[in-house]
Amino acid sequence: MMKSIDDIRAQFPQLQRTVYGKPLVYLDNAATSLRPASVIERWTRSAASQSANLHRAVHCVAVEATEAYEQARDAVRDFINAPEREEVIFTSGTTHSINLAAYSIGQAFISEGDEVIVSEGEHHSNIVPWQLMCERRGASLRILPVDETGHILIDLLPSLISPRTRLVCLAHVSNVLGLVNPVRSIADICHSKGVMLLVDGAQGIVHQNVDVQALGCDFYAFSGHKMYGAPGTGVLWGRRALLEQMPPMFGGGEMIQTVSWSGSTWAPLPAKFEAGTQDISAVPCWVPAIEVLKEMPQDDALRDYIYDALTSIDGLTLYGRSSELSEKVPLFSFAVQGVHHEDLALILDKMGIAVRSGQMCAEPLMDRFGVTGMLRASFAPYNTMQEAEYFVSSLLKAIKMLQ
Amino acid sequence: MTLKEKQQQIIDDFSLYEEWLDKYEYIIELGKALPPFPEELKTEDRLIKGCQSRVWLDCEVSGGVLVFRADSDAIITKGIISLLISVYSGQTPQEILNDDFSFLDALGLKENLSPTRAGGLASMIATIKAKAAENE
Repeated sequence: MMKSIDDIRAQFPQLQRTVYGKPLVYLDNAATSLRPASVIERWTRSAASQSANLHRAVHCVAVEATEAYEQARDAVRDFINAPEREEVIFTSGTTHSINLAAYSIGQAFISEGDEVIVSEGEHHSNIVPWQLMCERRGASLRILPVDETGHILIDLLPSLISPRTRLVCLAHVSNVLGLVNPVRSIADICHSKGVMLLVDGAQGIVHQNVDVQALGCDFYAFSGHKMYGAPGTGVLWGRRALLEQMPPMFGGGEMIQTVSWSGSTWAPLPAKFEAGTQDISAVPCWVPAIEVLKEMPQDDALRDYIYDALTSIDGLTLYGRSSELSEKVPLFSFAVQGVHHEDLALILDKMGIAVRSGQMCAEPLMDRFGVTGMLRASFAPYNTMQEAEYFVSSLLKAIKMLQ
Repeated sequence: MTLKEKQQQIIDDFSLYEEWLDKYEYIIELGKALPPFPEELKTEDRLIKGCQSRVWLDCEVSGGVLVFRADSDAIITKGIISLLISVYSGQTPQEILNDDFSFLDALGLKENLSPTRAGGLASMIATIKAKAAENE
């Protein structure tokens, strides 16, 4: 059963705090979400009484710590409906996941002259690792453009895929535009041409019910800290058949089968990709984080209210518009004519409202829309309609001060 | 007015406002009142590095003192650079180099700007000092 908003808010201690004597209105959830008490409790319990290294020792605490860590893998597997638990690789976050994927996919599957396609709406984390890989492997990057409203031009994809294309990389939901990309359709196009699809799920997994099998992608990357979990945790999910062919990126403890001076062999999945001591306190937090996420209602009324309010402000341009609001998450990036995004963010901050301003790690997209930056308000289910109304009235006041 | 008198004047003006939102109103007014900056002076070498918003600073020597002009595409930043040049324009390089810029601490500006802005403020101060050192 879905919880009431008061019950939900009571779970998040940071919602009680004030800034400059005003209640904190936290609208920067796309950067990082807040953490519920259950996650904080799980983290402190690990740190306080379950500190031991994983998979190695036979003593009681090591066994407990290992069980907690592997239970987190089961929870993630179940949550994204991955076929196998060994396909869930723990990382430090989406950035780590994509860099790992880029390195190991590059080594296994990319040769000189091959091509990789990324969309124009990507976060730097889903651009730069591919640039690095292409440089290393002598491959080239192709761009799938977005239109004026922010939708990727999916119709261009089939012609953009050449015989040399090996991989398409795309966000499930853009961190700037807040539009849900049609991953299933894109996966079908990719697979009909023998191309792999990697999805950056950092924003998508927060708002969508992610079933990697239904989505049809080959890799899905996401972070714990954006979905109420511990910072410094992330996941790369990949199909076993592909992961098996990919070499590790990091060498070290736990990732080997045998080590000798004549060479080493790798441990089976997932250990092959989890070299060294993992975050033994943070990883178990996936379990309570997923429980909380499952209980979160999606408040369409709040999203629709903000969408209508922003699109009716004179001189305000909203990026990521859609006539079909069901494909938009409550994440709104915009620019106001004659007003610098940073000024707005500073004034709103003094009113107690936390929003993001700047390029949002998506410079190519800023260039696409011809702006130096945007203001972004991103909502979570613990944000109330009163907060949404306060945001809109404060924004109008700030614009008036600055114009 | 001497440098110290100009600084005290700003501290006094600032103290009239209790709320930071009101102090911002005052800074915004300063920004809006800044004389227009010639477009042709918006060159790469006048751009202050380290600011998130763009800030241009032009410095000329006239009769032994430095004359600053400035602009920014963000109005609060423009107000802050306006405040700085109202203090340091018309001073000799030596006077600027001898000053410790501590009047900014009395305003509480650094603590009340977001970290990126505070970094920008530090870059503006460093640029003004560098201009003074160049012309010493």
